[in-house]
Amino acid sequence: MAIDWQHYPTEGLYDELISAPGEPRPSAHWLCEYLASLSDEELNERRTAAELAIQVMGITFTVYYEGGSIDRAWPFDIIPRIIPKREWDHTEAGLKQRVQALNMFIDDLYHDQRIIKDKVFPADVLTDSVNFREQCVGITAPRGVWAHICGSDLVRDKDGTLYVLEDNLRIPSGVSYMLENRLVIKRVFPELFEHQLIQPVDDYSSQLYDMLASLSPRPGDNPAVVVMTPGIYNSAYFEHAYLAQQMGVELVEGSDLVVDDEDCVYMRTIEGLQRVDVIYRRVDDLFLDPEAFRPDSALGAAGLLRAWRSGKVALANAPGAGVADDKVVYAFVPDMIKYYLDQDPIIPNVPSFLCMRDKDREYVLANLDKLVVKPANESGGYGMMVGPHASSKDRKQFAELIKKNPRNYMAQPTLTLSSTPTLCGDHVEPRFVDLRPFILSGPKTYVTTGGLTRVALNKGSLVVNSSQGGGSKDTWIVDVEG
Amino acid sequence: MLSRVAQNVYWMARYIERAEDTARLISVNDILLLDLPKNSLGWAPLLFMSGGQDQFFENNAEVNELNVIQFLVGDRKHSGSILSALSFARENLRTTRDVVPREAWEQINTLYMYVRDHLVIGMSRRGRHEFLRRILHGSQQITGLLAGTMSHTHAYDFVRLGRNLERADMTTRIVDVRSANLLIGQSQVQSQPTNAEQEQEGNPFDNIQWMSVLKSLGAYQMYRQQVRLRVRGPDVLRFLLQDPHFPRSVLHCQKELEISLKDLPKNDGPMECIAKMKQQLADAKITELASEGLHEFIDELQIGLGAIHDQLVTTYFDHV
Repeated sequence: MAIDWQHYPTEGLYDELISAPGEPRPSAHWLCEYLASLSDEELNERRTAAELAIQVMGITFTVYYEGGSIDRAWPFDIIPRIIPKREWDHTEAGLKQRVQALNMFIDDLYHDQRIIKDKVFPADVLTDSVNFREQCVGITAPRGVWAHICGSDLVRDKDGTLYVLEDNLRIPSGVSYMLENRLVIKRVFPELFEHQLIQPVDDYSSQLYDMLASLSPRPGDNPAVVVMTPGIYNSAYFEHAYLAQQMGVELVEGSDLVVDDEDCVYMRTIEGLQRVDVIYRRVDDLFLDPEAFRPDSALGAAGLLRAWRSGKVALANAPGAGVADDKVVYAFVPDMIKYYLDQDPIIPNVPSFLCMRDKDREYVLANLDKLVVKPANESGGYGMMVGPHASSKDRKQFAELIKKNPRNYMAQPTLTLSSTPTLCGDHVEPRFVDLRPFILSGPKTYVTTGGLTRVALNKGSLVVNSSQGGGSKDTWIVDVEG
Repeated sequence: MLSRVAQNVYWMARYIERAEDTARLISVNDILLLDLPKNSLGWAPLLFMSGGQDQFFENNAEVNELNVIQFLVGDRKHSGSILSALSFARENLRTTRDVVPREAWEQINTLYMYVRDHLVIGMSRRGRHEFLRRILHGSQQITGLLAGTMSHTHAYDFVRLGRNLERADMTTRIVDVRSANLLIGQSQVQSQPTNAEQEQEGNPFDNIQWMSVLKSLGAYQMYRQQVRLRVRGPDVLRFLLQDPHFPRSVLHCQKELEISLKDLPKNDGPMECIAKMKQQLADAKITELASEGLHEFIDELQIGLGAIHDQLVTTYFDHV
């Protein structure tokens, strides 16, 4: 037998599937039993089947090199990560609560700024925010929703507590991989789905379409919804194309769009110009509209912001939503939940130290070897320092950066992250994972069933980003009680 | 449908057709050469048919089997090579994956990777046949997949436009190059003792070359059913230019173009070009052309095909 759970090391870890050597968690019991019943050869066959499926399905992500880019097959591990349904229901409630508060916060910032006047949120954090858009002040967003699509990263510490690590409110990506992972795993382990204990994930695309269609400024049955992509050189292009295809809508690039003098948006079609109502834009704020933001942007369409401001087109996410996607703002989310909803946060934040606070900064500078230091506005794991793994030179450099620009840095204790069994050669080893669920806010709030599990494939590594040696797994919400 | 997308599926279809046609061309030449006296015909005509002769001579000093096949199959710098055509088809599809059924994407992806990974085998004489056969089958599978699983909406109209323009283009090229030396009895391949009887029957090597023209268009069997005479130059020409039923005849391609355009908006411009070509085909006197003026006639057809392409560009792809 290839997999022997008796020899699976769990010491010092919180493992998602195995609680102690030889003891799978109740929700993972049948999966672990099944995996252990496979011979080396069978296990290898399954892995090859997955690799083949990924290659044939063309699931790729783009990596940039100097002077070029290349499509790489999506790194995938065939052993799923399992979350019991009861725990997930609780998490789902927590995510809805969080996104609701975040949207109220964004809406407040672009209007009365009550939260600042009431001294719950410091004014100078806003002043220094690079994602606050003056152009959005006073705009009324339908239903007060700015971040229609949110991807929040969840991590579990070794004591089993689940935390929110960050909220991605600009253009979160990864959902297509969540959907594709399920297709791959169905090809690989069809027999496991006979039990019907695994909750389906496939309705995301139709939920997304319904939410987008609900934003249309023109009443009617057939709103023209489009997905707007920066183009094939974007690392998430695969996802843009995938979502457009799944929703049956056009995938447009900036050059396909024109905005006329009446502030209406059109796309160039073989029949001529055709009106557009809703744009699911996967182009960053600053590149969206050369007329309003960066004039050198070739990815946007001139006049989009003007059209959005006058209510002729809906943009999702709304420009300016990224103001809440800031690792310093993040630290205030529990306060926002209390302030706007008068509730206690259901999912806690990772304890955070804000370098703008003198006391916190002193602590951070004294404990750089223990902390993870993050810049406020980077994503994809860039620009951060993992203290315990950093060289003293790196730590010195970050100390300087923090002193120079305290507002831009925050620090958190180095979490261990939970692990999950991952196929390494012909046996399994624990590898660290996180989870990115996606939350849609429209007339109702929808949370994906589970989310995208990202795994750090390198031994001991905590970095799960696909651009830096990460892979992914299928995520199963399993109802063992029902 | 977006103009950019229409343009992409159109080119995708052209490139897939190009890959298939080129594979067919090489495959037939390969077999033909086995039957001809050594050093008679060789591989140079293929360069002219593919239209890549100038580029070939920039990088190659000698026209030999290996150089030509390498150029036509695996040369990434040559946009007409099978590898390039498939990679362009893939790129075009990649940017329009949302309108084409995903099986087609999987299929193109698989075919491209197969060709990329088997170039060495494809160069070898023994492996070549199987290699080319897989390219032919792979391309046809994609064509079939699109026909069978893609809704026949405007996007599919552009697929058919691309495919039939490319197909007509290839048929005219093959006819042009192959018949240049066959028709007027100037075949480079002479059978040694000529007598009166043989003269009348036609040079046996001419015969197999005409057969190879048909075969390189997959037309031999259909020709036989349709014409029921021994293979003769003018009949072959008539079949390839004017047969209304054979899918690779220029007339059939022209009809397909007309049908594909029918439901598209603003089709006056391109329709006019197609009508002109139809007239030209109808007026052609094949027996006369066989002895004189074929090259000029084909030239005119190719200019017509170019004009249809230009019309599609200005009407649907590049308009403001």
